[in-house]
Amino acid sequence: MLRPAPLLVSLLLLSIASFIIAFSVGSYSLTFEQIFSTLNSRQQNIQHAIIWDLRAPRAYAAFVTGGLLALAGALMQVLLRNPLADPYILGVSGGASAAALFAMSLGLSSAWLSGSAFFGALVSILLVFGLSHGKGSWNPTRLLLTGVVIAAGWGALINFILSSSPEKPLRGMLFWLMGDLSHAEPTALSLIVLIIALLITFVIARQLNILSRGELQASVLGVSVKPLRISLFLLASMLTAFAVTQAGSVGFVGLIVPHMLRLICGSDHRLLLPASVLLGGSLLLISDTLARTLIAPQQLPVGVITAFIGVPFFLYLLNKNFGKDTAV
Amino acid sequence: MSNLQSIDLNVSISNKLVCNKLNLTIEPGQVWGILGRNGVGKTTLLHTLAGLRNADSGSILLDQKNINELSRKQIAQKLGLLLQQSEESFPSSVIDTVLTGRHPHIDNWSWESKKDLGIARNALEAVQMTDMAERSIDQLSGGEKQRVAIACLIAQSPELYLLDEPNSHLDLKYQIQLLQYFSEHAEDKKSATVMTLHDINLAQQFCTHLLLLFGDGRSSTGKASDILNENHLSELYQHPLHKVETEFGQVFIPGKPD
Repeated sequence: MLRPAPLLVSLLLLSIASFIIAFSVGSYSLTFEQIFSTLNSRQQNIQHAIIWDLRAPRAYAAFVTGGLLALAGALMQVLLRNPLADPYILGVSGGASAAALFAMSLGLSSAWLSGSAFFGALVSILLVFGLSHGKGSWNPTRLLLTGVVIAAGWGALINFILSSSPEKPLRGMLFWLMGDLSHAEPTALSLIVLIIALLITFVIARQLNILSRGELQASVLGVSVKPLRISLFLLASMLTAFAVTQAGSVGFVGLIVPHMLRLICGSDHRLLLPASVLLGGSLLLISDTLARTLIAPQQLPVGVITAFIGVPFFLYLLNKNFGKDTAV
Repeated sequence: MSNLQSIDLNVSISNKLVCNKLNLTIEPGQVWGILGRNGVGKTTLLHTLAGLRNADSGSILLDQKNINELSRKQIAQKLGLLLQQSEESFPSSVIDTVLTGRHPHIDNWSWESKKDLGIARNALEAVQMTDMAERSIDQLSGGEKQRVAIACLIAQSPELYLLDEPNSHLDLKYQIQLLQYFSEHAEDKKSATVMTLHDINLAQQFCTHLLLLFGDGRSSTGKASDILNENHLSELYQHPLHKVETEFGQVFIPGKPD
């Protein structure tokens, strides 16, 4: 039996710590005292402006995006019964990227950008759903292959747009593809989506535990597999769509966070899913803080940082875990 | 007490007939064995009886209700199936795996109670795996995995047990214990068991009833003592079998090929 409290409490503390760090670090450093006094007062001064107008909105966007991605990744991994699955594997981000890049190449404003990214994501979701859902069974392999092929198609389209676009928007396009929070619009909607999704997963989490024992076994144990899989697909895809719309295709968070937690606390989704949201949010927030400070005033795309942090840490956990269990 | 009935059941896999107008009534207290060669559709028939796949025609009644009209959860409260293969994608501990057997008895909003944990621990004890409760599933041997799957089924505590090759990977000792467990369970009128088996002598020892699948749609059902004879079995396995009386009862041994 698991004890969820200690892990969730420590992840909550990590989340708070990453917000404080994000508020304090930057071209104008703030001490912790300054942060706390600013948060507690209504005085309009430069510190207030730095926190509330600059850093808080971006920190919020980063945390929510990280949470969305990690939750989507964890759900995709059960849905496809594949540990290599990430939120982008079924082409949601490909559709969003292709549409966003198209908007950029037309020179549309950033307000249009998120709208078209979301539209592209939806088109991709419906396409994959329709094609893999057709006649006959709806099994993970068929879904996975359909998604991977659609993603490859979007990839070709993206390359076409990149290679045929003029020099000027190229840099923005590349940042968008690597995942970048510097233009993220913090909206309440994505947080609401995240919270609703988390509530839904509370209800289906035990069914997910059983689904990861195999579809047939899940049916035998009383899970209605088909509706569960369809809702999983739609849920994970929508989460991804909102994340991509906000920050482009930030890599690694959705793949690595659920695995880190599986190695630490096992595979019970009732703990894994909320923990993924907290760890994914913290990881992306810390990464984004690094992305805007490491080579300031230059900014890095946050996706680069998530990979730099995620890859070694994940390898360390993997090594530690296998060293413990195997005799060799 | 639950019973399972098939009425004029036709089942086929890729245009090959498994059974033709099969009428079965499985009642509490009975232990059914399904015998047949490789690939005649024993597993397919079990899955059909469990409502996991549709029959070509005919119907299956679980407590007089058509199984297609019951939800998976309602079925799982009464009927459990031991699958031939397990496919864990994210390994968990032995006890957590056994606890998944309680799923059909717990609301979506609740967690496993102390009572569920107790049932799971008893199930582990029944397969003598108590000391491995905290081990990870992927570190177990084939036989141990099979015993965990059986414990999960026992924790589910249905009234109808469908077992697909329950003896696979098991040592002789555990094979006998397992068959003993289900046959005693049935004798107490608590449950009925249907299982696919390869060992005629174990079937003779533990089954009250038998279903023979000949591979061309023909089948034969009845009490084990009426069904088990040299002619039936030699035709079933397409290999001569001889009955030998010993001081421990009669046994069937394979003869030389014709």
